[in-house]
Amino acid sequence: MTENSNPSPSVSRLPKLTYRVWTVWRRNLDVFMKTWHVNFMPSLIEPILYLLAFGFGLGTFVTNIEGIKYIQWIAPGLVAITVMYGAFFECTYGSFVRMYFQRTFDAIIATPINVEEVIAGELLWGATRATFNSAIVLAVVAAFGLISTPWFLAILPVAFFGGLLFASLGMCFTALAPNIDFFNYPTFLLITPMFLISNTFIPLATFPSQLQTIALAALPLTHVADLSRLLVVGKIETLGGLGPEWVLLLAVFWIAIVTVVLFVLSIYLMKRKLIK
Amino acid sequence: MVSSEVLIKAQRLTKKFGNFTAVDHIDFEVYKGECIGFLGPNGAGKTTTVRMIYCFSPVTEGELTVAGMNVSTQSREIKRMVGVAPQEDNLDPDFTVIKNLQVYARYFDIPKAEASKRAIEMLKFFQLEEKQTKSIDELSTGMKRRLIIARALINKPQILLLDEPTTGLDPQGRHIVWDEIHSLIKQGVTIILTTHYMDEAAALCDRVLIIDNGKIIETGVPQQLIKEHVGEDVLEVAFDETVLKKLKEELPEAHIEIFGDQIRVFINQPHGVFERIVKKFPGVNMTIRNANLEDVFLKLTGRKLRE
Repeated sequence: MTENSNPSPSVSRLPKLTYRVWTVWRRNLDVFMKTWHVNFMPSLIEPILYLLAFGFGLGTFVTNIEGIKYIQWIAPGLVAITVMYGAFFECTYGSFVRMYFQRTFDAIIATPINVEEVIAGELLWGATRATFNSAIVLAVVAAFGLISTPWFLAILPVAFFGGLLFASLGMCFTALAPNIDFFNYPTFLLITPMFLISNTFIPLATFPSQLQTIALAALPLTHVADLSRLLVVGKIETLGGLGPEWVLLLAVFWIAIVTVVLFVLSIYLMKRKLIK
Repeated sequence: MVSSEVLIKAQRLTKKFGNFTAVDHIDFEVYKGECIGFLGPNGAGKTTTVRMIYCFSPVTEGELTVAGMNVSTQSREIKRMVGVAPQEDNLDPDFTVIKNLQVYARYFDIPKAEASKRAIEMLKFFQLEEKQTKSIDELSTGMKRRLIIARALINKPQILLLDEPTTGLDPQGRHIVWDEIHSLIKQGVTIILTTHYMDEAAALCDRVLIIDNGKIIETGVPQQLIKEHVGEDVLEVAFDETVLKKLKEELPEAHIEIFGDQIRVFINQPHGVFERIVKKFPGVNMTIRNANLEDVFLKLTGRKLRE
């Protein structure tokens, strides 16, 4: 017991999480609720603008895609984009500010809560934020009369798990970020390309097949957008040579597996960064 | 109030960051009910030691127990009974003063009603009651310090860790914090206080550990350390070659140090010796003052400025 040469004895194990994760999640909810009216605004205004500009504007030129109106085709894309932005920015800029500028994590780690629980609480909060935002976008989409399946409420669990994926992805970058400006890299090299090519505004099926394969293999937003389209307008397309049912199956498993991997990885990376 | 029960025990405790050894095989014990001071220049290893005590930094080598529990394996239990007031301000700027305490209480599983009750008690004790609905930005540096200490007490800790509690405060602010620490000592809280202010250590601590370069170089009761190392009085005189030479002749057994443009003479003898010397140097401006912990500290650690 007197020698302990390993500087961080439990760094490689799976995260040890207890109900205490909830107290970290709750802290962020309390802050969010303090200014809820400001926090809800982007999710309310943005989809309205996109639907007006792209749906009605561009929609006069692009009349229909695979039998559905363009405005209806992009509506589920907007829900998926909201999930991505909500969770990713919460766990990059938001978490970085709490970790680095506010030293909130240090303060919490001095209580019975451990580092893993702090990060898990942040990730679950990022997913929650994505779910809140997507619910508002869904309401806007409904107000435009663009929902055509009774399954649309199943979007919320998809938003939560998709949100957890993007939150975990963001947290990996937070663990690697030397400063806050670093987030420009993932934002412009990963998030913005996904925003444009992941079957959101432009049908992926129109892209070259190599790009379709990349989008299916490596871009999480593609899968969230596909599930979202299925649950909002009841349609899922043939992509990268895969039939609709295979695209659906791939989306579900891809999200499930990558979420678990990134969740564990981001906690590991953050632990390595915070414990000195 | 100090009992013989050992609450914290470090044996050959070591912390390394890569090749740098911040804490180098130190041994110490902290007794229940005492206020112990960790004294040392910047970078001596004080904060690192404190961080190992509250299980923030893993121990590299050696053993550290708090209330008989090992910091490497029972961190949750230890953190439940320890209160931490770090030197940097990590209050939650997203919340008001009282909400800071309530949210912090939630991390300890303290029920909501009890948390609010304790928060009010703490704010009263730290004279922050009328600030309870203010945001953190509206507090002065001294108020923030006191709120950090209040927050550290929300779980009614047996051990309170105060990492440089008065650094950056004005004299009034320091004295308010000192008074509050004094009443906590009276209530029987075991306190570890790190500081580089010697007057602070002398005013508050039952015992001090002087730490330098990651090692404990001296341990003891402040007054005794002063007597032992520098005597009761110190003679100060502006630097002058001839005065220095003459002083050395007059007091061959004295310890003479040059601090900048000043000569300081330490002597382990009762009062009266320096008065005799002053009379022998008419026209030279000499000052006799009480020796303090700072003299001990400077004598032991040398005078190099470190950052």
